[in-house]
Amino acid sequence: MRHPLLKYIRENELPFIFCPGCGSGIILRCTLEAMLESNHNLDEFVLLSGSGCNGWIAPPFNVDVFHTNHGRPIAYATGVKIGRPDLKVIVFTGDGDSAAIGGNHLIHAARRNIDMLVICINNSNYGMTGGQLSPTTPFKAYTMTSPYGNPEPPFDLCKLVEACGASFVARWTTAHPVQLKKSIAKGLSKKGFAFIDVISQCPTQFGRRLGYKSASEMVRWFKKASKTYNGPEGLQSFNGDQIPVGEFIDRELPEFTEVLRSIAEEARQSGGAN
Amino acid sequence: MKGKVEFIQGNIACAKGALVAGCRFFAGYPITPSTEIAEFMSRELPKVGGYYVQMEDEIGSMASLIGASYTGLKVMTATSGPGFTLMQENLGNAVMEEAPCVIVNVQRGGPAIGQATKSSQSDIMQSRWGSHGDYEIIALAPYSGQEMFDLTIRAFNLAEKYRVPVIVLSDEILGHAREKVIIRDQEEIEIINRKKPLLPPGEYKTFQPDEDMIPPMASLGEGYRILVEPQTHDETGRRAAHIPEAHDKLIRRLCAKINNNVEDIAEIDARFMEDAEAAIVSYGSAARSSLGAVKQARNQGIKLGYIRLKTIWPFHEAYIRNLARNLKALFVVENNLGQMYLEVQRACRDLVDDIISITKIGGEMHSIDEILRPVNEVIS
Repeated sequence: MRHPLLKYIRENELPFIFCPGCGSGIILRCTLEAMLESNHNLDEFVLLSGSGCNGWIAPPFNVDVFHTNHGRPIAYATGVKIGRPDLKVIVFTGDGDSAAIGGNHLIHAARRNIDMLVICINNSNYGMTGGQLSPTTPFKAYTMTSPYGNPEPPFDLCKLVEACGASFVARWTTAHPVQLKKSIAKGLSKKGFAFIDVISQCPTQFGRRLGYKSASEMVRWFKKASKTYNGPEGLQSFNGDQIPVGEFIDRELPEFTEVLRSIAEEARQSGGAN
Repeated sequence: MKGKVEFIQGNIACAKGALVAGCRFFAGYPITPSTEIAEFMSRELPKVGGYYVQMEDEIGSMASLIGASYTGLKVMTATSGPGFTLMQENLGNAVMEEAPCVIVNVQRGGPAIGQATKSSQSDIMQSRWGSHGDYEIIALAPYSGQEMFDLTIRAFNLAEKYRVPVIVLSDEILGHAREKVIIRDQEEIEIINRKKPLLPPGEYKTFQPDEDMIPPMASLGEGYRILVEPQTHDETGRRAAHIPEAHDKLIRRLCAKINNNVEDIAEIDARFMEDAEAAIVSYGSAARSSLGAVKQARNQGIKLGYIRLKTIWPFHEAYIRNLARNLKALFVVENNLGQMYLEVQRACRDLVDDIISITKIGGEMHSIDEILRPVNEVIS
């Protein structure tokens, strides 16, 4: 029997590139189901991804897909959204992709409040290159490039994009697929910059150096450590012991491409700038 | 030439050319001496239904350019020195993803911050080799306000035709000099648009080339379910980085679609060559001093010719060799330490005994005397 969702996947992209136990498959499925349950035709979607493990979530989708280089998917998506504001733009990114090399694009896209849904697969390390330190690796955690423990404090990406001006901010873990799917649906219908920080397990490169023996053990840890908040009180510092999850920010702010278009309309009517 | 005569800066002529060519998206980051182009576009694009976005840096500018190009828009950015360096990353992506786009580099002195307000031609080799990997690219070199207008239009046409980034290699002198420019009437101007798919969705493949080696280009949101992939990919766009033959086939095609069309792409302005015994090779603002030098030499009875490269890359080797065949000497005049000299020497050293580099850096043009002194030494 064929899996009922296979018809939405480019079969020449199979098998998926992910390691056994990787959280990316859960995020891929939650996104696909949210897309199918939305009232949008699949031809209306453009999926972008950066480089790193996150980069391989978008290509299997049988919709318009734009794989980009490391750190840049949000900047590519900015051009796409300005060119075709009627399209639904989803960006998959990672913690290194969005918060290190692409940090500048993340904060400025959030500040512009450009309409797109950014899903950050936050696995606290550079999985594809073999498990090095990332901007969300917990303080003192061991990685391949922090053999004496991480000397840096991690980024809280939800607080970051909230401060920049995003319209919608949520965090879930891969232990919350039902809630994640609902937030993806909400992010898709939100007019403005929507950001979901998805804490995901990397059992191959990160979990085993923290002492987790399996992917399921990591997911059980996510479940145990998570505490749900609905509202901005969820925007609090977190560490490995406690993960605030929920929909923290949901607000109405001017959306960038709409503002651009109203400016163009005014310029055409008045015949020029002051 | 029919059109409206204006007295404007080269940078403004360039921006006006872009609008005539159909540019409807500009992403940029302010940098001297290119900023007038961004300012003009921010004012004029909204009036014609286009969009200006000031990005957070030049990396983001190039990235959003590629994204917007794939929505079907004609796109441009303008920059200089350090900004051009930051663009190299996504410029390579534009090559690999075959995204038509135009990059105007109003050159200033480098390396590093160098001379922000002084002219230079020192990005010749960076334009060719600035991003990593094997690739071919197109770079045009205007030498007047009129060519800032005309070659910007040509840059859009070539970008659309060959699905490749095209660099307009201007410089501070050309960007800021005010000259007479004829803003040619729209109906006088040939406009080339990218090929669209003839195959229906389902049969169309994102990177399947026609016989001319150029794939028709579907836009996002047209129902073609395209897969744009900056890794080595097959014709469907699927990653094929692990397959040596796939990489070989793709990269050779991306290079061949330019190299096999040098005749169509590359333009050379050759004058005084019929009886020439030696010639100057130059381009951009340096070609203006060179033209003065050639005319003065002719007045003195020296049979000096003038070869001006309107297209820097691809280098029209066959044409240059043909011009050089009976010459005793070639003088390469440029505002850098001899970048194009290397290319001319490589192409012509078996034909011409003396190939001399006449360089000047610091921001000022060569005086006629600075060119003719070494010319006279060799010829007499």
